[in-house]
Amino acid sequence: MSLRDGPFGDIRVPLTWSAAAALVIAIIIAGALLLGDRRETMKTEAYDTARHAVDAVAAPVGGTLSAPVRWTHSGLDAVRGYFFAVSENRKLKAELAAAQTWRDRMEALQVENDRYRALLGVRTDPPLPHVFARTVLDARGPFANTRLADVGSAQGVVEGNPVLSERGVVGRIVGVSQDVSRIMLLTDVESRTPILVVRTNGRAILSGDGGPGPKLDYIRGAPLKEGDRVMTSGDGGVYPRGLPVGTVVKGFDGGWRVALDSDASPIDDVQILLFKDFSQLVDARALAPKELPTAMTEEPSQSIVGRAPAATTATSAGAAPPSSTTGAAAAQAQRTGAHGPVPAKPRAAGAADSRMAGAEHAAKPSKPAEHPAAASSHPLAAPGKPAGAHHAADGPAKPTGAHGAAGPGKSAEGRAAANADRPAGAHVTANPAKPAGAHAAAKPAKPAKPAETHATAGPAKPRDPGLAAAMALMADDGPAPARPARRAAAAHEAKSAKPKEGAPVVHRARPAGPDAAP
Amino acid sequence: MTARGVSAARPLSPFGWLGAPMLLSALATVVFATPIRIFSLPLPEPVFPLALAFAWAVIRPSILPPFALLALGLFLDVCWDGPQGLWPLCLLAAYATVLAARRLITGQDFRIMWAWYGAVTAAAFAAGFVLMTMDAGAAPNLLAVAWQYLATLALFPLVHRLIERYEDADVRFR
Repeated sequence: MSLRDGPFGDIRVPLTWSAAAALVIAIIIAGALLLGDRRETMKTEAYDTARHAVDAVAAPVGGTLSAPVRWTHSGLDAVRGYFFAVSENRKLKAELAAAQTWRDRMEALQVENDRYRALLGVRTDPPLPHVFARTVLDARGPFANTRLADVGSAQGVVEGNPVLSERGVVGRIVGVSQDVSRIMLLTDVESRTPILVVRTNGRAILSGDGGPGPKLDYIRGAPLKEGDRVMTSGDGGVYPRGLPVGTVVKGFDGGWRVALDSDASPIDDVQILLFKDFSQLVDARALAPKELPTAMTEEPSQSIVGRAPAATTATSAGAAPPSSTTGAAAAQAQRTGAHGPVPAKPRAAGAADSRMAGAEHAAKPSKPAEHPAAASSHPLAAPGKPAGAHHAADGPAKPTGAHGAAGPGKSAEGRAAANADRPAGAHVTANPAKPAGAHAAAKPAKPAKPAETHATAGPAKPRDPGLAAAMALMADDGPAPARPARRAAAAHEAKSAKPKEGAPVVHRARPAGPDAAP
Repeated sequence: MTARGVSAARPLSPFGWLGAPMLLSALATVVFATPIRIFSLPLPEPVFPLALAFAWAVIRPSILPPFALLALGLFLDVCWDGPQGLWPLCLLAAYATVLAARRLITGQDFRIMWAWYGAVTAAAFAAGFVLMTMDAGAAPNLLAVAWQYLATLALFPLVHRLIERYEDADVRFR
């Protein structure tokens, strides 16, 4: 029944005016919605139910519609591959030859890079987990450049995750549903990305404007040149540093723009890095330590004016420069027989700089070979990797500080405090979980005792003799003055572990060095 | 009297001139948002509801089209992930323009109508440009706006077909 057949059929409404009234009401509603839009807050709740619902419905539709085209492309690729296999094989061989040269060069640079990182004590980023996705819907207009990907919170995707194609950065996640997520492309008019220019190390903000080449704003550093490579700077924490973005080009308007790497190929298949950016931290207060760890520093007079008297405090017992206490520990270590008849290995005197100590350690690939048990039994040792190089080069868990990080002037307590947040396994002396005598020496609350007493009173023992040997080896590597105490403790541990017959015998390679008892 | 004349004598069915075009434009929006590349070129992305905003205002004034355009605009915002309320305002701006100039537009030649459609669409995109600039704090790329404008302009044959079909349905609005 139409409206005219009903009781209101005789009512004559001036339709133009009523349409205008309806128009005004609709405009008011739309304006209120625009004013209430909270997408820029990047909050999960800003991605409302309607968007979730439409995404959930549109994603399978888009996936279904694009499937025939994908299949057609795959079929054409297969036919093309069959008919052009010979020429393609020839081309690939040439590319492989070139790639092998690059691989050799890359490996050399990787080794060099690892050494520099070890020298500088750089914390390398851990590898990021990622998920692969297919984009099923694409908005390419001037007011929105987004895509729908067919993975969502069920696969661990959260807002802010960076998205990459096989060539470079595509954008980041701005909305997540159960099995669908929304990617805001770098070209979106609301996209802002901090980038760095590789050649000049300059900084800029990559601002999308709905066009194919986003522009560079707030350029800092040396003047740009056409062809400069651009990558994410990591500033602000939304993107990790070093993801390839594109190449600088001159725009029609005379400004600098970026030709995106991701434009070089279709971005149907993307990779979503499960990288949680700093801006997503829910409660920043949770990061603040509830209670500052106690840290005892040495008295300046001891390091500047002269040596500390023996056994006055736990600090001096554990970490003071060569003192009678540490000398006694060294003597104890020698008495335990830990210093075997292995030929002495000359060592750089004192290795005054802890970073240099790490570098020295990394540069001795032959040293672990002399300690097969240590090399094979270290809990963090990578397979096929020399233990020494492992110590020096591997990431945040093992900074060079592991080898006497504090240097000769820093107390064991200082090292313990400084390394308290490091992962286990990197430090023998500073990690509170480790049983070595140096642990006892690092406790500021302990009364001063001779180092050998601490060394023989380790509260726990390593589970296997190989670990004890590894600890002994690691205790060997540090140039810190506290080493004799550690060495004595580790030597005791190695001895008390009673290796089984047939087990590799670990010899201590270094005699009393310059830090031994006078 | 032709068959078409007979059908024109019947009252307008809301589904025929509002509901069906609404659903078709939403479906077309999703289809054209598919990430398909033909000869390495992506599909164009016209704003289908803009065609309806023009056609509905020309066919007859009514209470329903503003709300239908509001719903379609919100669908576009959600589908393309634009600011909520952006496309409803653009579509309603186009509808308001046509409604105000309806006496000048109806009954015109095909080309004149297309010119009117071009002007109205340009007004809608101008509104979108201004609103987006205010919302994002940066002006969208004019070339990108021009591409989408041209793609939408190419929809006029469909607009004309819809108008031709329903314009004479209710002679009170001639």
